[in-house]
Amino acid sequence: MPGGKERELRRRISSVQSTKKITRAMELIAATRVVKAMQRADAARPYARRITSVIENLAASGAEVDHPLLREAADVKRVGFIVMAGDRGLAGAYNTNPIRAAERQIMGHQSEGRDYSLFAVGKKAIAYYKFRHYRVDHSYMGFTDNPAYEDARRIADDVAAAFVAGEIDQVELIYTEFVSMGTQRVSVRRFLPLEDTQVMAEIGSGSAAAISSFEFEPSPEAVLESLLPRYVEARLYGALLDCAASEHANRQRAMKSATDNAEELITKLSREMNAARQAAITTEIMEIVGGAEALGAEVPIDDLTAALAAGAPAVPGDSYAAAAFASTAPTDPHLITET
Amino acid sequence: MFNVEVVSPEAVSYTGEADMVIARTVEGGDIAFQPGHVPFIGSLAVWSVEVVKPDGSRDVFAVHRGFVQVHGNQVTILSDVSEAASDIDVARAQTALDNAEAALASDAVGSEAEAAKARAELRLSVSNLA
Repeated sequence: MPGGKERELRRRISSVQSTKKITRAMELIAATRVVKAMQRADAARPYARRITSVIENLAASGAEVDHPLLREAADVKRVGFIVMAGDRGLAGAYNTNPIRAAERQIMGHQSEGRDYSLFAVGKKAIAYYKFRHYRVDHSYMGFTDNPAYEDARRIADDVAAAFVAGEIDQVELIYTEFVSMGTQRVSVRRFLPLEDTQVMAEIGSGSAAAISSFEFEPSPEAVLESLLPRYVEARLYGALLDCAASEHANRQRAMKSATDNAEELITKLSREMNAARQAAITTEIMEIVGGAEALGAEVPIDDLTAALAAGAPAVPGDSYAAAAFASTAPTDPHLITET
Repeated sequence: MFNVEVVSPEAVSYTGEADMVIARTVEGGDIAFQPGHVPFIGSLAVWSVEVVKPDGSRDVFAVHRGFVQVHGNQVTILSDVSEAASDIDVARAQTALDNAEAALASDAVGSEAEAAKARAELRLSVSNLA
């Protein structure tokens, strides 16, 4: 049936076109969000830096405390994993990368006889592990694309409580580090126990030794004690913000390539559709001429072109058909009658 | 003169110059910093922080927990919960105080309610100071 294929293609094109509209909109939204997320990550940096600098100064003053968050377990029996992924998909490999990295870590620890405890952040991470029957001890969702400090605190409280209670002896943090717009990479880091304060100070800037002696109130130990939980929160918050920026950057990229693909597909389908329409028109002309020939009448070319102009849609492609027909018709009438 | 910064995890919420900064540390009581103070780090009590500006006017903050670091002519208040006096909703703080007191009256145990009461009282006193 002529025209059937054309209609089919037209339908596909319009469906691809509406998909393209959606992916394009998502791309633009992600583009504005990634800028905002980057600004928030930048705004959060001074606090983290200052907390570290206070720790540096404490370390320089020689404050040594036996804080539970610093305590290294002699025998690690159970490892906690904080896995940060997103709540929503359509962000390329953003969700799967940290989830898979964490899974590999878990398997590695299991093969060495250690148990695991999962702190899953983001709906996608929770769904992945639940589906595969992992034990998800704590799950958090609903804030991954715009985390607040309060969210970081909630996670930090749970993790620190489990660590201090001895339920877990070590904590690994798996998240997506935002390096730049073009680069985000999965990072697996030891989160607890915290490094020694001296090491923290060295990581900070290394200038600790140069700073003069501070006065502390109530005492260096007491300050450090209340400072460490804040430090843990600030680090988690920083990771959450990095994740949010990474998620939006990944989504923007994924949606951009989806839009490009849709465009390509539309071009390809339009060409196919034009060819199909062309074929249908040619067939129709053949039928008209064939019919006229059978009746024994000589069909003047003028009448034919008039019939074409009336019957066929006025698209540039169609006039080629008419021209082609016009050039072949008088010179080779047998071709027409035979078809 | 001092440079004063109030830094929250989300952003640097206040920067300004000051002649004197008054705060209260845990166990240590009230302490005022003036330029030339010895380098100092302290844990802050649930109390106000007053910044006395060179023109004599004051900016007051309610700080629910945090740290103060004084180094050179730089005073840094690190706090995850701090509010400028002008941002405090007095009516809301009053309701919170009433609620907390009611909770304390009906139920003797409740560190949560006690903390809420302390926070509400601080907000009210800070908004009075400003």
